[in-house]
Order: sequence, then structure tokens, then C-alpha cells
Amino acid sequence: MTQKFRLENGGLINRDKKLSFKFNGKTYYGYEGDTLASALIANGVHLVGRSFKYHRPRGFFGAGVDEPYAIVQLYRNNETEPNIKATEQELFEGLEAKSVNCWPSVNFDIGAINNFLKIFLPAGFYYKTFMWPKSFWYRVYEPFIRKAAGLGVASTKHDKERYEHKYEYCDLLIAGSGPSGLASAYAAAKNGARVILAEDKPRFGGSLLTSDVNIGNQSGEDWANGIISELKEMPNVVVKNRSQVFGYYDHNMLVMSEKVSDHLPKTKKHHPKQRLWYIRAKEVLISSGSIERPLVFGNNDTPGVMLSSAAKEYLKVYGVLVGKNPLVFTNNDSGYETAIEFKKNGINPIILDSRVNPQSEIIDEAINLGIKIKFSYVVVAAHGYKKVSSADIAKISNDKKQLGTIENIKCDCICVSGFWTPTIHLASQSGNKTKFKEEIDAFVPGTSKQNETTLGAANGIFTLEETLKSSFTAGQDLSKKITNKDNKISFPNVVEKISSQHDKFWCVPLPKGKNYKRFLDFQNDVAVSDIEIALKEGYRSIEHVKRYTTLGMATDQGKTSNLNGLQLVSDIENKVVPAVGHTTFRPPYTPISIGTIVGREVGKHSKPTRKSPMHSWHEKNNAVFVDAGVWLRPRYYKQGNENLFEASKREAKNVRTNVGVCDVTTLGKIDIKGPDAAELLNRVYTNAWLKLPVGKARYGVMLREDGIIMDDGTTTRISENHYHMTTTTAQAANVLSHLEYYLQLVWPELNVNVVSTTEQWAGAAIAGPKSRKLLEKLFPNNDVSNEGLPFMGYTESELFGVKARIFRISFSGELAYEVNVESDNGQFMWEKIIELGQEFQVQPYGTEALSTLRIEMGHVAGSELDGRTISYDTSLEGLISKKKDFIGKRSLNREAFTSSDRQKIVGVVPLDKKTSIPEGSHLVKDAQAPLPNKKLGHISASCWSVEHDNPFSLAILKDGKNMIGEKLFVMSPLKNKVIPVEIVSSHYVDPKGERVRS
Amino acid sequence: MLHIKCPYCGMRSQNEFSYGGDASVKRPELNKEISDEEWDNFVYNRKSLRGKHLELWQHLSGCRQWIKVERDTATHEIFNTYKADEEIS
Ligand SMILES: [Zn+2]
Repeated sequence: MTQKFRLENGGLINRDKKLSFKFNGKTYYGYEGDTLASALIANGVHLVGRSFKYHRPRGFFGAGVDEPYAIVQLYRNNETEPNIKATEQELFEGLEAKSVNCWPSVNFDIGAINNFLKIFLPAGFYYKTFMWPKSFWYRVYEPFIRKAAGLGVASTKHDKERYEHKYEYCDLLIAGSGPSGLASAYAAAKNGARVILAEDKPRFGGSLLTSDVNIGNQSGEDWANGIISELKEMPNVVVKNRSQVFGYYDHNMLVMSEKVSDHLPKTKKHHPKQRLWYIRAKEVLISSGSIERPLVFGNNDTPGVMLSSAAKEYLKVYGVLVGKNPLVFTNNDSGYETAIEFKKNGINPIILDSRVNPQSEIIDEAINLGIKIKFSYVVVAAHGYKKVSSADIAKISNDKKQLGTIENIKCDCICVSGFWTPTIHLASQSGNKTKFKEEIDAFVPGTSKQNETTLGAANGIFTLEETLKSSFTAGQDLSKKITNKDNKISFPNVVEKISSQHDKFWCVPLPKGKNYKRFLDFQNDVAVSDIEIALKEGYRSIEHVKRYTTLGMATDQGKTSNLNGLQLVSDIENKVVPAVGHTTFRPPYTPISIGTIVGREVGKHSKPTRKSPMHSWHEKNNAVFVDAGVWLRPRYYKQGNENLFEASKREAKNVRTNVGVCDVTTLGKIDIKGPDAAELLNRVYTNAWLKLPVGKARYGVMLREDGIIMDDGTTTRISENHYHMTTTTAQAANVLSHLEYYLQLVWPELNVNVVSTTEQWAGAAIAGPKSRKLLEKLFPNNDVSNEGLPFMGYTESELFGVKARIFRISFSGELAYEVNVESDNGQFMWEKIIELGQEFQVQPYGTEALSTLRIEMGHVAGSELDGRTISYDTSLEGLISKKKDFIGKRSLNREAFTSSDRQKIVGVVPLDKKTSIPEGSHLVKDAQAPLPNKKLGHISASCWSVEHDNPFSLAILKDGKNMIGEKLFVMSPLKNKVIPVEIVSSHYVDPKGERVRS
Repeated sequence: MLHIKCPYCGMRSQNEFSYGGDASVKRPELNKEISDEEWDNFVYNRKSLRGKHLELWQHLSGCRQWIKVERDTATHEIFNTYKADEEIS
């Protein structure tokens, strides 16, 4: 198939490399250096999609990031990606793309019926139509909208591509490599500044690639190439193409998305697909240029109607004709440049200029070339369904209100130019309060908010000479401040054509008796009539008009529609545009893939994984792991075909009858040293600490200042001024920060140091009636008798030559010890325990058995210390010292905390002794009561009691103290369960605590 | 993302720090008789200032020091940072 719209010569594409690609299943050819858009246009394909609301045919409108229409579903290397702009996607061999937003096909689209029903789809139609009846939403509206609309489908497969994040610092970040970007980068680089120059397109040079200018006796393109090659050689400069600076955040932090591999058929080995750059810049130069504004007329969304600058870019960069019978409709000189390019390539365009009698160099040139020009003429309406085939044109009165006789002329494209809108997004994101510049009828940046400077067209400067001059100066001055160097650069001679004044006219009036749709927002299908309705219905704030009509809310964020919308509102309201104000620009400037934002933090890398030194032993012994914060802990050790329930029951039972060993390395450990260490503990914990002897451990509860329990754990006095604190696994980091806060800010007079030693020690809990016997084997030289090492005792020893700490503490409620050795010896310790424990039937137990053991003992853990409970609630009020003050004590006399029916921990047993109680269920008095049924409490933790062989739960229950013996109901609407239960003591096993002391 | 000058480590990105609230709040002395109102003000009541604000940050993924940061809550401008025990003029 031939590329019928490709010129014989010209363009910056590589004609030696022909590429094949597929669009909607059909094979086409293009060249290396094409975009999908330019290659399709070269093949005469103009119908690429359907519009969002009315499903009208859509073609190409732009040639870059501003494109509102040509959004495709891309297929690359067995993956698919939605929301890809055909104007940005570079062509590669084997590329496949499909139209989106059209069902069942782009040529026959059922949704197009909306086009004939448009009377029912006015502004606010989502709000008006789909609101009622409510039941219709899920059944009728949503499925219909989902099928008929949308901008593509996300892949459901795991994305195998790699995305990277990079952090970079520089002196100057320059966003955009047009004339202002190149000039400022060059000047700053010559002054020795560290420069990053970012260009979102594959080619550097911006407008220089398409404009007919001369800089220093070279074409604009040659000059740009020269500067770029010089910059690339400089060690202090990073030059990046395919890189969009899309967000400007606080303290000159900018974010840039680099498309590293999207232009290739397949990502190269060890390369990322995309890279996200976090750049902290001392100075930011915004050289993002400007975007051409559309003109508004009837059916101005017909494929073939496009920006004149885009038509010129397709010609000059890609050697592609957007049409062979073009009409150029303009209100300024830019349209002439496009017409002249057509003419130079043997095409005869017609120019319609809304202005009465403009005069300039370029108009003269067009006249001299014999181009047909009609002044005071406008396009009234485009005709043609899937592509423009003719246009209604008419003379327009000087006040732009009256149309003359309408004539119809044949054409196959309409290139529109409504003058230029500076791209001020980054400046606005920085916090710059933009101002309206009357001469160009657009907003430009005002006073800089952060260290940002906007240059060239982005700043409303549309002549090359002034742009280059101010940009060289800015680059030089800003870099001089940083590097103290002052290398003067000679300013090149510039030849350009000076434009005449544009016409303040954007919207062609409707001819009598015609009801053409005149579109403002091409992606969201917002027409002039929608804005009129919104205003009629009383919307005034531009932010409200935007939301009600969805103007500018599509994925292109109104790059081509915002200003025309504002012009229209201000015309109707008889206000000037600055009084209407523009809506807020927010990052990202253009859509960014989720993969780029997430970077490498996917799957296992979404958070760090912490493993205990005994991890490999657990793995070898069939441990099934569970996440405990970022730790991986054995949940149970599977034997044969056991499930979780069977295994944990066996493990727990073995602890109660023989001896078990549990990896408790994950517990937070804090080393506390200093003469005031005891005083710190005394202030941090609710109980008394000043008299704890050396070689003794004590259980403590610490509160927040509001009286709520923060954490619990044991702390051991290792020596005179040395303590070893343990925290729960979950709170380890918070407790350390908490201690540091008080030591550094509140009581700096305390002479204490704290440091985390969680990773320095490996811990094993040895629990069960036979644990002492096992300990005797492990530490034959130590007296571990009840007298030698009593409950809450501590001693130091050696485990076959390895330094060890032995704590006699218990979480399981059994006679138990905790042995700590330095992490490197953890595996050795563990294997010794297993080896020497064989004769006592030792078995490892995981977190599930650990939970069972603590629950039936009534020991509290994270599920009870949930940030809502106080000491009384968890029956820990006995540990509150009356004699001393401590953190949070003053809060404990709050009315709610002291009320007589305050919630308290209780035990819960199902009456049938069989039904397991779901955690989180509510306790109610009457299961039949009408909703909302009053909640008396909730189930905090459930287990199968191995001691009693029936289910048992802990609950936090209102007036729990007086509820023992009561019969209540557990309700779990989630599991659809109602269970009659009896309230019992939370200490279901060994209520007197005799075992731990045995 | 803010750029905060830790008085010990230098300029660091915000993600190395954690926020600690109003630095002007003073914890009542231990064992001192105080009114409920005074205690409530310490525990719960904070001004939501617009403008200059002296606040606490901890350089969590750095030197772990709690520092004081003078910041504009509306513009995020940081005027100065101080060590915890530094006199602020
Ligand atoms: Zn620091």
C-alpha cells in the first residue's frame, strides 16, 4: 500500500527505514521517525476514534501533547496500554494500535445514535440524566456508559516492564528545548552551571524545526542541532529528549517522566520502559512554548479540521500532507506560514482571514506566491461525516456579528489558527499568580513564586529575536548567581518575519436557522450551547462552569479549549477574561502511566521484607509465613496435609503439654543507657521502675498523653545504668521516636541514650512445662531452677561458647524463657534448641499458636491495644502507680475513662461450644432488635482453646466488669452469623497465673 | 516535596523527616497541679495557623534528631531551622 499523502522529499524522517504497522487490524507502512499520527495521515487515514459523549467521528487535531482526539489503544510486545496519543507515539516496526471509545467499530458506532439524541445530552447531562431512579445506575446506566464510552482498557496482566525512579539535583532545570530553552541552556552551561535540558518530543528544537527563520546565517533547525551537539559534549549538562517535566512542587522540586523505551518494539535488556525523575533545581526555566488556539465554527470537530501549526509540522517534520485541497482559516499571520508550506509543495490552499485588511511581510509573500486569500471571511460550518469534504464560508461584518451570503466550497482539510496560548502550566503549578495579557488575549505568568523564570512563547513573547535575547540573558544571569562565572556569549544575528496584529475573534456566529454544534472542548464534547445553558442555569464561577459542563476536564486538561471557553463566558457575561479568571492547573501536565509513578515499588518491592536470622530454617521446615508489618514470621509449620487450624492447634497443645520454641526476633528492642535511665522508664511506663534490681525484668505499659495505651512490653535491668526494653513488633519504630521526643525536647536534662537493637539480637521463646529441662541442657553451667532464675529473672550466659541473654518471661502463660543471642548466632541457637529439645518433644510454633496461647490466657496484644483502649479496659489498671506521675496520667481522670460502666476486656464462649466467632463481630443484647442494633462491644481476638477444646474469644465489652455470666449474642453481618454466647473471665486458662511461676 | 535544612545534616528532602506538630506547645511539668483546661490545651487544642509557624520535625531517616522548623503553612516557605535546644530570637 502506498503512502498517498507522503511528499516525495523532505521531512526529518528516515526514508531508508520503512516500518510496517497495524491500525484497527489493517497493515500500513511508515518511516522511522514518524509518529503513529503522521504515518496514518501519510496513508490517508483520518478517522481514528469516536468522541466521548456523542460518538462523533474523530480525526487528528494536533501534532503533539495537546492532541484531544487521537487517543488509541496500543499493543506492544504482547502487552497493551490505553490512553496513548497517536501524535506522541513514535512508530516502530510491528506497532499495533486500535481505536478506542467506539463500539462495535470505528466505522459503525452504536453510540453515534447519541449524536441524533443530542438534544437530550446538554450540559450537566450526567447530573441530570443518570441521577434517577437510583436503582438504574448499576443496572442500566453504568454498564451502558462503560461499554459505549471510555478511553481504552487497562491490561489485566502483570506488567513485566521495569520502571525506574531517579533523584537528581541541578543548578538549572530547563523545560522545553525550543529557542528559549536552547539559548538559556547554552548560556548557563557556558557559565559552568549544572544544567538539565528536557524535551518532551524525540527531536530537540521546538518551533525551530518548523519555522522559516535564520539564526547566525543558519536555518533554525541547523542552529538548534549545533547547540544540542555542543551541549551533549559538556560534562555539566544533561540533555534529555522524550522527557516531559509534568509537575512543579514545593521548594523547586520538579517531576519529569522520561519515555526510555516506548519508541522501541521491545524494551532492551536491563533498560526501564519509563523513568521518573525527581529533580531538585536551584533555578527553573520554563520554556514550554505555546499551543495554537482553535477557531470555533459549526461542526469544527469533523476529521480534517486541525490546527494550522499541526498541518505545518506534519509537512515539515514528517513530509506528510494533511490534505491536498486545504482551506486555511486564520485570525492571525500563523495560518499564512502553513499556507506557504503547502504552496511550496505544489498544493494550492485558500486562506480565509477574519481580519479586514491586515498587512505584513508574510501576507505579501503569500500574495506574491499566488495564494488565494479572502479577507473578512470565515468558515461557517464544515461538512463531511468521516472527513471534511466541503465548507460553508461567508463574509463577516466588521463587528463580527453578521454573516454574508453563504457559499459552499470543496476542501479536504481545514487548518485553523486562532492565535497562540502560552503554556503556563508549570509556572501556575509553582504558585505563580498568572496575569492576563491584553495584547495576546491570553494568560502569562506573573511574579515568580518559587525560583522559576518563564521564557519565550510561554511568557507571551512571540518574536524570535526577543525570545533569544531574553533567554540568553536569563541563562547567563541565573547561572552567574550560582557559579560566579561570567562567560559572555555573542548574540547571533536573527532574521525573521514580523507578524501583524491578530484579530480578537474566535467564535463564528451561527447562520440563521442552523443549529450546528460548535465545539470548544473536543475531547469531552463540550459545545458553545453547553456553556450557554450552564450560564442560563445560573452557574457563574468558571470553576463551576467547568465542572457542570466538563469543559477542560478530559485527559488533555483543556490545552486547546480553556481560553476559548473563557472567551465565550466573558462574551456572554460582558466581562473581560481576567475577571472571569482561569481554572487551576494541576499536575500532571499530561497523563503519566501508573507504572512510572509506582516505579520499582511493585510486588515484593512495594515494601522492604525483614527476615529473622532463623528464616532459612523456618523455610526448610515447611513454615507458612505471614506478614507482620514488614517482617515475615512463620504462621505455622505444616506437617503432612495439615491446614492452618490443625497445625496451630497441634503446636499450641505441644506448648501446653511439652515444650515449644517460637522465633520472637521481630519484637522491638531498645537499648537504654545512662544514669537517668530508671527515671526515664518511670516517666514512660505507668508502673514504678526506680527500685527494679539488676538482673530483673518487669512488664510495663506506656500511654500516650491522652491516656490511651501506646504499647506494652518487658524491660530488663542489665546492669546499674543499662536497660533492655522490648516493644511489640508493630510499635517498635513509634516507641523509639516517642522516647527520643521526650529525651530531646521535653526532658533534655535526663542523661540517657536510646538506640534500637532490634536487629542486633535474635530471640527464641522456649515455652511449656518442659522448658526448664530443655534450658538445663542448653545451659548446663547455669542454675536455671525456680530459685536460681525465678519468674521475671534475667541472667547472662554462654550457649556452647556463644554469648546469650536469658530472660524468664512468658507470653504464652506457661513456664517460659526467652533466649537472645547476637543475630549472627541466631541459626546456631535455634538448631541447638531443636536438637537438644528432641527428648522433650520440642516443636517450633508460629504466630497462630502464639495467638491461641495468649488469647486463652487473656494476655492482651495489638488487637486489644488498638489505640482506643486504656489500662482499665484491658485490665492493666493494677499497673498504674498512684505515687508518681507519668506520660498520660493526667488524662486518666477524664469522665469517660472513669465512668462506672466503662468497657472492659472479657472472655466469650459460644453456648454450643462449637461455633467459631469471627473477629470484629459485635456483641448485642437482642439479636432480633431492629436496626441499628445497639452494640455493646466487639470481639477483638478469637481462637480455638486447646486447653478447653472449644472456641474462645476476647472482647472489649461495655460494663464488662459486671457482665461475667451474662448471655449475649455475637452478630457478624459480614459473615451472616448470629451466635448465642456466654461472657466469662478473660483469663480462661490458669487464672491465678501459677504456671509461669512454677 | 519540602526541602528542609537539618541543623546537623544539611539540606534533605521531606521524605527523610516526620512531622511533629506545633513546637510552641510546652508539656506541663510532671507532678504539677494543673486545671483540666490547661491539660486539654496541651493534649488536644492546637491552632491551625495560616502563615508563619514554628513546628517540630524529626530527622527520622537521618540523624534522628528532633528539630524546630519555622515554616509558612500557606506557602510552605521555610525561613529557618533550629536545633531542639537552640534559642530562637
Ligand atoms: Zn539530621
